[in-house]
Amino acid sequence: MNLIPVYIYGKKYLVPEGSTIITSIEYAGFKLKKGVGCREGFCGACASLYRLPNDYKLYGGLGCQTVVKPGMHIVQIPYSPAEKKVYNIDELTPNNEPFNKYFPEVYRCVSCNTCTKICPQEIQVMDYVQAVIRGDISLAAELSFDCIMCGLCNIRCPAEIPQFHVAMLARRLYGKYIQKKSDRLQKRLEEIKSGKYDEEIKKLMTMPKDELKKKYFLREIKLDTD
Amino acid sequence: MSGYPEYMYESLRKVDETRPKRLEMAKKGLINFLKPMTAEERDEVLSKYHPDYMPDARRKIRIGPNKGEELLSDVVDILEAHSIIDPDKFEIGEPDYETDVLIIGGGGAGCMAAIWASNEGAKVIISTKLRLGDANSMMSQGGMQASVNESDSPAIHYLDVIGGGHFDNKPELVRALVTDAPFITKFLEELGVMWDRDENGNLKTAAGGGTSRRRMLSCKDYTGAEIMRVLRDEVKNRPELITYLEYHPAVELILDEDNNVSGAILFDMETGEYLVVKAKVTIIATGGFGRLHIKGFPTTNHYGATADGLVMAYRAGAKLLYMDSAQYHPTGAIYPQQIYGFLITEKIRGYGGQPLNKDGELFVYPLEPRDVEASSFIRACATGQGIRTPDGKWGIWLDSPIIELIHGEGTIEKAFPAMFRQFRRFGIDIRKEPMLVYPTLHYQNGGIEIDEHCHSTIPYLLVAGEASGGVHGRNRLMGNSVLDYNVFGARAGIESAKLFRQREFKGRLHIEHIRNYEKELKENGIETKRRSPILLPEYRNLKTIEKHRKDFDPFLPAGL
Repeated sequence: MNLIPVYIYGKKYLVPEGSTIITSIEYAGFKLKKGVGCREGFCGACASLYRLPNDYKLYGGLGCQTVVKPGMHIVQIPYSPAEKKVYNIDELTPNNEPFNKYFPEVYRCVSCNTCTKICPQEIQVMDYVQAVIRGDISLAAELSFDCIMCGLCNIRCPAEIPQFHVAMLARRLYGKYIQKKSDRLQKRLEEIKSGKYDEEIKKLMTMPKDELKKKYFLREIKLDTD
Repeated sequence: MSGYPEYMYESLRKVDETRPKRLEMAKKGLINFLKPMTAEERDEVLSKYHPDYMPDARRKIRIGPNKGEELLSDVVDILEAHSIIDPDKFEIGEPDYETDVLIIGGGGAGCMAAIWASNEGAKVIISTKLRLGDANSMMSQGGMQASVNESDSPAIHYLDVIGGGHFDNKPELVRALVTDAPFITKFLEELGVMWDRDENGNLKTAAGGGTSRRRMLSCKDYTGAEIMRVLRDEVKNRPELITYLEYHPAVELILDEDNNVSGAILFDMETGEYLVVKAKVTIIATGGFGRLHIKGFPTTNHYGATADGLVMAYRAGAKLLYMDSAQYHPTGAIYPQQIYGFLITEKIRGYGGQPLNKDGELFVYPLEPRDVEASSFIRACATGQGIRTPDGKWGIWLDSPIIELIHGEGTIEKAFPAMFRQFRRFGIDIRKEPMLVYPTLHYQNGGIEIDEHCHSTIPYLLVAGEASGGVHGRNRLMGNSVLDYNVFGARAGIESAKLFRQREFKGRLHIEHIRNYEKELKENGIETKRRSPILLPEYRNLKTIEKHRKDFDPFLPAGL
């Protein structure tokens, strides 16, 4: 195993080449309680900042997805200090209004694009903030969909916008009010309420196991129709 | 440029060569060329290759409500163990919190239960080990089953579920699951979940392993993340009724003099402080056991998936069901090593992705139930049909480029942004090259036995989600766990709101069951240093630790 030097909170440790930030911190002997979550890139708990030797740039990444390099300086950001606003989604309208009320700071956006550059999910963060400013909630929802709410955008934003909270509200408004829906689901709900399937299910529930087994293995597999 | 080492090129070339023929088969309907296994073929591959049947996979438990039954050995290990709490030293005293409903676990089931309990006016405390929403729920990629299409019905869904579970599922739980599914879909829609839809607004549906209709609803391949973040947002919108305590795992339940469950002892992992919550109803929603690494497998599971609820409930006398079986997801990543064991969504196969051997041949129907599919992958590797990784593991190909040929260019980026990104981070473009996969520990099929209103076998303890047992028999189908935590989370919430209003506490609160359990350990000659719940898995470099701390005890739960 080839060991390489990294700096964890400024202290030098030797860790296996090919480690991620998370596994290198663990190898160094830390028992992680914060700054670690799903370990697969879906939860945003392990946001980290780092710099590389001879490079002025500050990089952001997910601890579980970022492979360490020799001489890397690493710090974890387990929490982004941003207030989650309390609202009743049933009382909101799918336009600028809720944002004016809860996140008026979005209008402070200076279009510097720092948020987009730091985003480990490669989301066009600035573009969705601008979409919110224009009242285009649908675009904001779609652009921000892959957000895992790690909060790195908020940490870096010179306008101090909690982008990931703004995006959360945009997506809920979009899913609830704007997304086009058919009446197919409603029909199914009414069928179930009317008891249409009760008897058939009851029959399956009380069927002798052998008969049920036979029925299962002979069932029609129909994957090509709605 | 290939993201794979050079020695794999030959095998990759064969995958490319067989693709046109396989595409043709896929276009005509794979089912016309390759039949799903018969009951006998399933039994054969399961009994020979499923990890549950490996030597020492199971052993008899010598203590507690399931005494004498064979359970997974790794589960027996944490059940035949001492409590973190010393009953001789711990005094319950005045509770630090009192509430109508205590929910242990802040994942999907816990948040759903909190929302529904608060809808009915209950005051709720959620105690959770990490952050709210840090759970397997967040990590589900592929989808949630609900019979929303016209060619489908809850009854057809029922048959798929019970067949997939080898007919061991509790029928009333399956009925609840399939009948509530469309309502849950609607409920989530009204909360603002962005379901995938077609241009007419119909919910998009995909096939899954063991489904006889297209029934998998999705939010790209971030289905769990989307649902979980919406539920979490909603929980946080209700501060008058819901309090959530992060980094506060529960470690033991508390009883009253009728031995009714009356809350729990929480543990602050940072300060080492213990807190007592007195609750009229307690709901366990602690999820599964992936981080126990059953049989040494890697896992798709969240860092906190250590089966804490199972341990607490068992010590308090609740019965477990089907803890003799674990689910291995057929498609875990086996290369590159940084993503070893990570989940590759079954939706890849739902969209036409094909499992192939080293010669690029399709060797199994791609949409068998998970245990059957996984076992056939293990068989392929055991019989020399696999591809070796640089560090000596074995895997088979999962052909993703064929998806772009079936559904059109751009499908992968659109339908699988998470998978596309995951592999690209490590230099593999899954639009052009297949993924190398092997089964990975994924799901706790069984759990604490419940009825259709989420009652465990002990009073005032409800259970929902992966911690519960009976819904899926001994094998869960894809998309039914997201459904499970929503359906039974809601049901537990509703039931708790009914129960708390009739609850009266008898006498003082106590933890005599811990003392009795310790006695039982001794009487059965069980000698162990182990303590449970373990709270977090141990991934530190033990050599480093030993150097710094002579008193290091690897069995000590986190933070102690």
